[in-house]
Amino acid sequence: MTILTLTTLVFTGAFTAGLIGALTGLGGGAIIVPLLTLGFGVDIRYAVGASLVSVIATSSGAAAAYVREGYTNVRVGMVLEVATTIGALTGAFVAGLVAPSVIAVIFGLVLLHSAWQSLQPRVEHITEGPSDPLAKALRLDSTYPTEHGPQHYKVQHVPAGFGLMYVAGVLSGLLGIGSGVVKVLAMDRAMHLPFKVSTTTSNFMIGVTAAASAGVYLHRGYIDPGLALPVMLGVLCGALVGARALPKLETRKLRLVFSVIVAILAIEMLYNGITGRI
Amino acid sequence: MAHSPESGHAPAEERVEQFIGGLLRIGVLIAAAVTVAGGAALLARHGFARADYHVFHGQPAMLSSLGGIIAGVARLDPRAIVQLGIVLLIATPVARVLFTLVAFALRRDWRYVLISGIVFGLLIYSLLAG
Repeated sequence: MTILTLTTLVFTGAFTAGLIGALTGLGGGAIIVPLLTLGFGVDIRYAVGASLVSVIATSSGAAAAYVREGYTNVRVGMVLEVATTIGALTGAFVAGLVAPSVIAVIFGLVLLHSAWQSLQPRVEHITEGPSDPLAKALRLDSTYPTEHGPQHYKVQHVPAGFGLMYVAGVLSGLLGIGSGVVKVLAMDRAMHLPFKVSTTTSNFMIGVTAAASAGVYLHRGYIDPGLALPVMLGVLCGALVGARALPKLETRKLRLVFSVIVAILAIEMLYNGITGRI
Repeated sequence: MAHSPESGHAPAEERVEQFIGGLLRIGVLIAAAVTVAGGAALLARHGFARADYHVFHGQPAMLSSLGGIIAGVARLDPRAIVQLGIVLLIATPVARVLFTLVAFALRRDWRYVLISGIVFGLLIYSLLAG
């Protein structure tokens, strides 16, 4: 295959991944690595490097819009970024120590969990009681815009959220994904942030988290310009188109379809990892 | 304290949010533009060469260190230009953290200066030494 053909095909695949990622809110990162490794036979280290770059592009692009709308909690983001960046550096170093097939197996397991998690209904946990003392000391409680004006919310269980964020960072650095699922878990379930706040703050942090591991990947030579180019531009264009189409679509069915695709990719990754083909 | 009607955030906080939004947008746009320019040159020069990503070789120093990339860009090497675009993209969230640090320092919010400082330090370590 010539570079021109590969670039065109990878761009098309990455565009689709970015589009579906934006429509379902799960991000395109989860599909890029399986697409490159299973579909194009790319070495998983190049695939993870290219995926990380695309994750930075989409999250920064989307965060630019969200942060202006006032949903993002910048202070919560900054505090939790300490955990995700340490995690991301850990993940990136571990990625250099373990065999590619081990990464493929972990990737498969995380994908399976993401597929299952995205089908679960999200339950809003708004607490009436007092906030976590740490949230008070760090002034994490804030407000977000609603139809009826600014709504106040209190932040709970900061240490638990911090711990889960470290895990999200490790997975991000190891697998080249945004780990949005784990981040939202930490902020919805543990810290009781409203949906809009946890989704946008998670997205705000993904760029910084991925940048922490991308530096390590760059120095290790895992980021190939020829491959990162179509992946980054494809996912970015797909995400932009997806964000525009989003308000007009029924996303529940889309999530179901996406979860099935992700589950199939997960099983493929597991099979190829276990049999040592990756 | 006067609050903005929509988000309920303080005006000073809202100005920081607006600036961060603009910074991220410009960073992504510049990075994408550089990458597209390098990519066009790359395809024009090597488009019909055989692609080989099945076997991992790593990258030469020219494409894996900041000094090497800058030297490559000076020679107008297409791969180095694409890589520069990627480095600019990685630098975008880093610039955001640095700006947040400055904004907290201007408001004498030392706890948050420390927190952003830790994150900034980790990012610089990764980018320069990682």
